[in-house]
Amino acid sequence: MSEFFSMGGYGSYIWSSYGVAAIAMIVLLLATLRGLRNSRRELDQLETVLHTKRQRRNRKSRKAT
Amino acid sequence: MHRFAKPSVFLKLTAPILPWLAGATAMLIAAGLYFALFASPIDYQQGDTVRIMYLHVPSAWMGLFCYVGMAICGAMSLIWKHPLADICARATAPIGATFTALCLITGSLWGEPMWGTWWVWDARLTSMLILLFLYLGYIALVNAFDDPDRGSKAGSALALVGAVNVPIVKFSVDWWNTLHQPASIVRMDGPAVDPSMQLPLALMILGFTGYYFVVLILRVRLELNERRIRALHLSGMFDDTAQDAEPYDPGHNAEASQ
Repeated sequence: MSEFFSMGGYGSYIWSSYGVAAIAMIVLLLATLRGLRNSRRELDQLETVLHTKRQRRNRKSRKAT
Repeated sequence: MHRFAKPSVFLKLTAPILPWLAGATAMLIAAGLYFALFASPIDYQQGDTVRIMYLHVPSAWMGLFCYVGMAICGAMSLIWKHPLADICARATAPIGATFTALCLITGSLWGEPMWGTWWVWDARLTSMLILLFLYLGYIALVNAFDDPDRGSKAGSALALVGAVNVPIVKFSVDWWNTLHQPASIVRMDGPAVDPSMQLPLALMILGFTGYYFVVLILRVRLELNERRIRALHLSGMFDDTAQDAEPYDPGHNAEASQ
């Protein structure tokens, strides 16, 4: 097992390559997912406000007629 | 073709593909890692460090692939003013920058034990560093304008001009003397890599390409959401949000409108 991790003496180079690649790709994916979730939440809030506004306007115009 | 370029159609088409693509990508990378780390032989000259190749070459490939994609999208955005082309270019840039940085880092970690140096200012390495700066410049430029249309115009122009660098990266090992080895996969007389090493390499390249498309779809959705948010804010419908936050008094407003 330790033979596998030492990689013929080059373990530090090989494992840091794989570690950096894994971290970079996972961080990019997570940052994207987080941004997506935040933007979706903000959009939902805006749409809700817009929806109540629209309802209010409809009610108002119904009253006016 | 234009039909597919509509954002709503893009969302409808990619939604069912995404889970399958993500699953296939995870399996390809898992299989690629298994072969790269366990089930492939060591190189007779380089020993175990050849295992860095299975990250280094796919990262380099993705760095160039993303750049070509970004430049094509930039051209389409300039010529046809397609919003989706611009969105794809913007979504691609950070992915391409990540892979280019990974290519440089893994290359350094491979160069130190094999060449005896982390870095040399030769043509291949320098042109790859320029590729990274082109990505970073593009990202900075498209976000530097308040008006996103002006940002995308400037960014597209930069992406197109920078595309000159792509063939320079590819052929730098043939045109100049360098420490870097010449092309060993895409070359006239077939790949010069042993089949036992081609398998993990192919799996990792496919896996990285799949990863790109998964993150691309997610980032296009993110861009579309952000554009919709911006459009809603600019529509002026939320100018009186603060006032609306107070409890609603129907009688008062009805009177005011009469």
